[in-house]
Amino acid sequence: MIRALIARIRQGHRTMPYPAAPLQMPERFRGYPVVSSLERAAEEKDEASPCPYGAYTAEGGGCLDMGKCLFCAECSAGTVEFTTDYQLAVTRRDHLMVGPGADRRHASPLPPDLLRMFGRSLKFREVSAGGCNACEADTNVLSTIGWDLGRFGIQFVASPRHADGLWVTGPVTENMHQALLTTYEAIPAPKIVVACGACAINGGPYLDSPRVLNGVDSLIPVDLYIPGCPPNPATILDGLLRILDKLK
Amino acid sequence: MNNSLHPLYNGLAIPFAGIPQADAGQFLQTILDAIDRGRRIVSYFGIPGQDAVTLVCVLADKSEGRLGVTRTAAGGGHFPSLANLCPQAQLFEREIAEQCGLIFDDHPWFKPVRFHRPFTPGRDAWNRPAGEPIPVGVMDYFQVEGPEVHEVAVGPVHAGIIEPGHFRFQCHGEEVFHLEISHGYQHRGIEADLFGGPHPRTLHHMETLAGDTTIGHGQAYCMAVEALAGLKVTPRGEVLRGIALELERLANHTGDLGAIAGDVGYLPTSSFCGRIRGDFLNMTAVLCGSRFGRGLLTPGGTVFDLTQGQRDDLLRRLAEARRDLTGAIDLLWNTPSVMGRLEGTGTVSLEMALELGMVGPAARASGIKRDVRHGYPFGIFRMTHLPVATAFHGDVCARTMIRWQEAQKSMDFIDEQLRQLPSGDHRVTTSPLAAGQLVVAMTEGWRGEICHVAITDDLGRFARYKVVDPSFHNWPGLAMALRGQQISDFPLCNKSFNLSYCGFDL
Repeated sequence: MIRALIARIRQGHRTMPYPAAPLQMPERFRGYPVVSSLERAAEEKDEASPCPYGAYTAEGGGCLDMGKCLFCAECSAGTVEFTTDYQLAVTRRDHLMVGPGADRRHASPLPPDLLRMFGRSLKFREVSAGGCNACEADTNVLSTIGWDLGRFGIQFVASPRHADGLWVTGPVTENMHQALLTTYEAIPAPKIVVACGACAINGGPYLDSPRVLNGVDSLIPVDLYIPGCPPNPATILDGLLRILDKLK
Repeated sequence: MNNSLHPLYNGLAIPFAGIPQADAGQFLQTILDAIDRGRRIVSYFGIPGQDAVTLVCVLADKSEGRLGVTRTAAGGGHFPSLANLCPQAQLFEREIAEQCGLIFDDHPWFKPVRFHRPFTPGRDAWNRPAGEPIPVGVMDYFQVEGPEVHEVAVGPVHAGIIEPGHFRFQCHGEEVFHLEISHGYQHRGIEADLFGGPHPRTLHHMETLAGDTTIGHGQAYCMAVEALAGLKVTPRGEVLRGIALELERLANHTGDLGAIAGDVGYLPTSSFCGRIRGDFLNMTAVLCGSRFGRGLLTPGGTVFDLTQGQRDDLLRRLAEARRDLTGAIDLLWNTPSVMGRLEGTGTVSLEMALELGMVGPAARASGIKRDVRHGYPFGIFRMTHLPVATAFHGDVCARTMIRWQEAQKSMDFIDEQLRQLPSGDHRVTTSPLAAGQLVVAMTEGWRGEICHVAITDDLGRFARYKVVDPSFHNWPGLAMALRGQQISDFPLCNKSFNLSYCGFDL
């Protein structure tokens, strides 16, 4: 016992001060795109090597779909550059489209009736439907002491019957289609759905593969889209705090 | 070596036509003889053809870091099964049947592995009609009968944030007589997509074969392409890859150590490790911006270099993480209630591990000295040799201890490599792939041996690309570890293996 107490003192208090203090993202983190680089890419459009996922199109002076984008280190569509801005989550699919003149969008709070119900206690049942275990891992990490998701009243629970929402990762494989729908149906209404990661939003690296269904919103309505492959925990938490109106 | 076993080495391409084509009897005898002499199956797969399925088997020869490959043509839709004589062939044969429609006669467990359509439409080993859906997880499970015997079914959706799989326990009271595991829920059709590659999406598929093993699988793919394109990666590129591979091992081993502590209800180590795992992931993010190493590797080297400032930052972070991790893990060995739960739980004997062809920390915990970094060295591990840690009890405790010992050695390795980073370029430009070649690329991921086999056609495109995740060898090991255990020990045993669902399902 005494050893455990000494170890606890040595480890110290490690829950990060966020959201009271800002987060420090890694120098090479790829977040919100540099809009001027989208326009530049449109001008220097290289037909030979388009984005293999169609995330970038030159139309309208350059448009990036953050729902399809994998935030590659070397963008094959040209000179698309990324900032370290991790606040990418949105509540509408079309808000993931970034281009010249498009507004900077963030997730908006839930409607007042849902906010009243879930604002102080929101429980999710997670379903991995073809995920590669990266989105799953960085969702899990939010429950560790560093992020301490519980302090915001958010928790992942074992049974859909105990949940207020469904948390989906993965492109929805044919073989998980039924299990995903059954889990959704088992959650009592009203309920919300979160698509976490490029796969759950639009199929990610498996877009249009014959064995996957290109994400979850073709099956059930989605209330929060969290882009990234996988999303950084900071991106996930930003989305959650915004729908609960806890980020001022 | 037997005549029909053609020698080759990890990461070196050979002409595919140079591998003598054995007849069926010779092919099977070669495999059996090799197993008898202590070799094992690294990869065994089919290439669907017009009239026959070409079967290719890669065997590991532990002496001199040598591999052996043999091939045959299986016509007529049937082929003899080895599974009764050689259990490690069991899953490989079912996989070939499912992909290529070849029926293995006298296979004791002839049922689907991933529940998908065959590569060639119409060639279905179970004659499932083409128009009807294939219900996943519906198969003839092994069942125990008798008074007081009951069956427990778990999954595909589990209690935690984990991937889907289906488990059937045959229990007598609390005791598990038998466990059968059914997969396929995460099947994304990656191998089918790889025909005719490499495609613009291929590297992304490799990085997400098992997302927690991005570097392990990514490096195996890069090695295969480099061998086919005749590229020589620079020393700096190899060192950066080696550092990333060991960071991946550290993050996952740390997470597992914490999760094992959590599963026995010991919260201090569980809480500490959950956070420290993030420290290692963030170190990978220093290298490339992604906590999982996405975008770091590319055929020819690494996309990113490491600046002096980043190197110093990594060294500082590593020292802090080492101090914190050591403190967290030391608690385990000094807490009798933890040791009482770990010791003697979920034992896999050395004989069983050998018979199943297990790999990675799970094999080493049962006393098998088997590590690709040591046995078939690749990249920087040709120059720097990491000691291989083994244990002999084969229980949860041994698998826990192995992880901690490996974590320590990985930290030593990263520290040493960061201090002596070679100068020069980190990347060379790529060139087209050679035609008509076969290459076996193996790396030691944190779960164990990763094996990619690429075969190119006349135009230098993939005629077949085969991936074997370490989980493919080890899932049967978990099933055996549960025999005679309390069913309540399943989460702990499962965590001590921590195998991949998506890496298995592909």
